[in-house]
Amino acid sequence: MEVVSEAKEFPRRRLIYGALFLLLLIFPFKAGPYWTDVATFFGIYVLLGLSLNIIVGEVGLFNMGHAAFYALGAYTTGILNTVWGIPTVWLLPVSGILAGGFGYLLTRPIIHLRGDYLLIVTIGLNEILRITLINDPWGLTGGPNGVLGIKRMRLGSLVISRPIHFYFLVLIITTLVVMALLRLQRSRIGRAWNYIREDEVAAEAMGIDVRSMKLLAFVLGAGLAGIAGSIYATKMMIISPESFTFWESIVLFTIVVLGGMGSIPGVIVGSAVMMILPELLRDFMQYRMLFFGAAMVVMMVFRPQGLWPSKRWQLEMGRETEE
Amino acid sequence: MEQPLLQVIGVRKAFGGLLAVNDVDFWVPEGQIASLIGPNGAGKTTVFNLITGIETPDAGKILFAGRDITGCPPHVITRAGIARTFQTLRLFPNLTCLENVMAGQHVRTKAGLLSSILHTRRQREEERQICDAARRCLDKVGLWHLRAELAKNLSYGDQRLLEIARALATEPSLLILDEPASGLNNVETARLMELIREIRDEGITILLIEHDMDVVMGISEWITVLDNGRKIGQGTPEDIQQNEEVIVAYLGKEEEDFSWNSCN
Repeated sequence: MEVVSEAKEFPRRRLIYGALFLLLLIFPFKAGPYWTDVATFFGIYVLLGLSLNIIVGEVGLFNMGHAAFYALGAYTTGILNTVWGIPTVWLLPVSGILAGGFGYLLTRPIIHLRGDYLLIVTIGLNEILRITLINDPWGLTGGPNGVLGIKRMRLGSLVISRPIHFYFLVLIITTLVVMALLRLQRSRIGRAWNYIREDEVAAEAMGIDVRSMKLLAFVLGAGLAGIAGSIYATKMMIISPESFTFWESIVLFTIVVLGGMGSIPGVIVGSAVMMILPELLRDFMQYRMLFFGAAMVVMMVFRPQGLWPSKRWQLEMGRETEE
Repeated sequence: MEQPLLQVIGVRKAFGGLLAVNDVDFWVPEGQIASLIGPNGAGKTTVFNLITGIETPDAGKILFAGRDITGCPPHVITRAGIARTFQTLRLFPNLTCLENVMAGQHVRTKAGLLSSILHTRRQREEERQICDAARRCLDKVGLWHLRAELAKNLSYGDQRLLEIARALATEPSLLILDEPASGLNNVETARLMELIREIRDEGITILLIEHDMDVVMGISEWITVLDNGRKIGQGTPEDIQQNEEVIVAYLGKEEEDFSWNSCN
């Protein structure tokens, strides 16, 4: 019964998603540069939320210092571009790889920590990195002023500079990432992450190499955050430590928890709430935090599983093997 | 006498000042149902944890199919062919039964990050293989109809069966069951014993910890008895029932027995 209705529903759902995507394609032509920019930043937050969701949502590792990886990506792009003049197009993947590499080095010694212990250490990592950036090691990070004059990306004759360019850059990358993550969720790797989240000892007894699976999640999450940071750097052309504070990490953590841990649509909804609502509420600037605080409390009391909790995908499985 | 599949040699484990397992030697013959029994606190579960790599022994050796697995991490031991269930159920509560059992296939498959993202042909075939294996194991314990149910929603007895199915999905040659009958009623226990025999008939060696003496004597072909972290007897059920030391450990000397009863 269930199985049949699900099968019928499937094309309809595909249609809805298709229409939504079409809407996203038309949006910047109708919305004007201001809202296109808002949408671009929204996309960057979705990307960051997705990257943190791998760590927090899929594997259940409390990482409250995710802005550190975001900063690593942004500073990689900023420094390599301004000091050595490497074109920012190349730096997009390089920032991802470097942030992922740092993610590996930084979390390797702490990967065995659980729950609240890991949470505290990741807060520490975030703060250490931010303070290091302020202290301007080897004159690379520019201290509190940050890195100035980062060049825009150039693809052939197209310079990605206008809001609409950035909008599409972010849309393409986010779409690719969402598709990749959806596939991962339905794979052996994604399931192994969920097993670890559900019961680490049992996962280990089932033959899952818990340590390397956790590291993989951190590397992937850090790498994606690095890519988001690189886009941010070329968009702003200026980066400074104050964009990567502990507060930023809290916002990202909230996006994942608010949307529903381990849920990709949840991350999108969560980012929307954390990003677009403040823009809408700009006139009530003073009360923004009050509103947020209250909303958070109400959420956790009435809907602890998140706005859009992840669905089990067994029905799809059932359809294949039902007959 | 069959070749021993598992050999535990002089294994010792202390937690702080407490010597939980003290120079224990025993073996499990291949293709049989073996039991590890003993009063509460005898060190049975610790021995299980040592065999499956959750704890590392302070001294001694564990050989599995002739290979030294002492101190190997759990995932290596599972890959080598030892699967286990837990005394206190350890399922993945918020995942479906099917997903729970699919976990067992993790060690038998190898799709990596890239092939999962690219959805390669081999990865899809492997996914099908995982589903098929999970289905067989769920069928075996009779839970296929509950495949889409979250594990936490199952009855206690079904959760125990699901754990066995999950362990079977790792395609083990030795299946270790930690008190599988605890909390089951008589009907469920009978069904469990039947299931254990069926698994044995498929060529999987079984090692179980069990409190229920009817289950142990009814099903085991080989029994090892622990008391206070030491082995006090090993042999067939008939041997064990005759063993003086075992009888004392279980029933107590007469005067001790009396004092215990008055305490309760």
